[in-house]
Amino acid sequence: MRGAFAKTITELAERDPRVVLLTGDLGYMALEPFSDRFPERFFNIGVAEQNMVGVATGLAEAGFIPFVYSIVTFASLRPYEFIRNGPILHQLPVRVVAMGGGFEYGHAGPTHHGLEDVGVMRVQPGITVVAPADHPQARSALLETWNVPGPVYYRFGKDDKTTIDGLDGRFALGRAQTIGHGTDLLLISMGSVTAEVAKAASILESQGVGCELMIVSSFNPAPVADLAEKLAAFPIALSVEAHYTVGGVGSLVAEVIAEHGISCRLVRCGVKSSPNGMAGDQSYFHDLHGISSTAIVETALKTLQAREVAL
Amino acid sequence: MSENCLSSYQIRRTILEQSKRANVGHIGSALSIADIMAALYGGILHISDPEAADRDRFVLSKGHAALALYAALAAKGWMSVQTLASYCGNASLLGVHPEHALRGVDFSTGSLGQGLSFGAGAALAAWLQQSARRVFVLVSDAECNEGSIWEAIMFAAHQRLSNLIAVVDLNGQQALGYTNDVMSLSPMADRWKAFGWDVHEVDGHDISGITQTIASLDTTSGPPHVLIAHTTFGKGVSFMEGQIKWHYWPMSDAEYQDALAQIGAVA
Repeated sequence: MRGAFAKTITELAERDPRVVLLTGDLGYMALEPFSDRFPERFFNIGVAEQNMVGVATGLAEAGFIPFVYSIVTFASLRPYEFIRNGPILHQLPVRVVAMGGGFEYGHAGPTHHGLEDVGVMRVQPGITVVAPADHPQARSALLETWNVPGPVYYRFGKDDKTTIDGLDGRFALGRAQTIGHGTDLLLISMGSVTAEVAKAASILESQGVGCELMIVSSFNPAPVADLAEKLAAFPIALSVEAHYTVGGVGSLVAEVIAEHGISCRLVRCGVKSSPNGMAGDQSYFHDLHGISSTAIVETALKTLQAREVAL
Repeated sequence: MSENCLSSYQIRRTILEQSKRANVGHIGSALSIADIMAALYGGILHISDPEAADRDRFVLSKGHAALALYAALAAKGWMSVQTLASYCGNASLLGVHPEHALRGVDFSTGSLGQGLSFGAGAALAAWLQQSARRVFVLVSDAECNEGSIWEAIMFAAHQRLSNLIAVVDLNGQQALGYTNDVMSLSPMADRWKAFGWDVHEVDGHDISGITQTIASLDTTSGPPHVLIAHTTFGKGVSFMEGQIKWHYWPMSDAEYQDALAQIGAVA
């Protein structure tokens, strides 16, 4: 999605002189398509994310559409109050581009793991929140949202190779996308961990468990109607996210179930414990927190078996 | 140099009247900047009307002194007497801290340490749009406790934002004590100088001096500018001057009468 972002924002900048790009000294071998083409509209603000968002607010007040770029934690948490009191409070078109959700910077350690960003962003009604599942969807999301009036938060993954079969770059604000037509289990995922969920779905299918995969990439506005409709049709749903289970897609699904009085058992797969201090690659952490394809299959089968016993 | 046409007496009077009517504090902080606001809105700021795209921008980064800004906006005729009288009322846009939804307020503030970044972005925008407009940001001395202020200071100097003019209200006080006791900011001027700004020390109650200093600045090239404005907290009301309690304290009836008399007004 990083490459898709750089390519797409450069195209948007060709089209619209209001587009400028600010980085907190990150994006080596990533942002060059933009910085080479538009050096006068590219600003390395230095390692100062609060100021970066503040400066973007000032630029947006004057009519620019500033994109600010950093790694997820530094783009969301460090300048959070600046995002709240700047572009959200003023309803200005600042775009916060947060790279590498979940454990994409696994080796870098816990300071670089983006585990709560969607949670803290989606509690703010005044910001559009988007977390695409693959790079074609990231491009579609950018093309649909770059020019919306208020601020936008993008949680992008680094991966520009993996695609989710059947997603085909579909994206719509306030909607969820579905893949498959199984009726035994509803899988609901957010972000680039969707690749693991899709893999789990095909393993489950091969074992006779019919799955439907629902991909939530628009969080503000949330696809409440789509979720409510699907959840009502399934006895069991598994949410999967490379994020704490509080605040992200699992919480969203729980809210929809409760507020609509839907009879659907929800199992939330995601991060439930504080960092253990270990470094490791993304797949190590996915295994550790039960969000690898293998772990998702295991949880799904256990949950389905438990239901059969109960029945 | 343009003639100053806004009296700090009117600003002080509004501060006292409205803070008494609403029974709220932050009086000393507002009185501290009454003369700076009179200088800015009396002739320095180029604002034909608050909606003009190419107007100078003003950011009251020390948002808790918003009553001084409301007083200036009212004195300019950009805010009605009725609106001013809604200060701190229910469903009023006039809170203790300024909101951009209010006509004449360019940026919402209230969380210290954010306004200088907003202003730096506004100044950069003016450069990119090849506009001669300037951006003024009024920060408090204690606000410089915030690390983000120094991020903005570094950024503005690096970008050579000569159209950015900061004014530091150096009254030496903060909420719970004197700045020298809480977190020393001294020497303030040298700190900004070391970060690459064009620094001018002024008497923050000398409207003519402030106006002349700003008129002398090169806002077309070179570094950003800062006026270190030496002020007295609570200026104009002797029993408030230099007193910590008047950061938060509202006035009693007797204190109100005394304060009005001291600035030359009658209730």
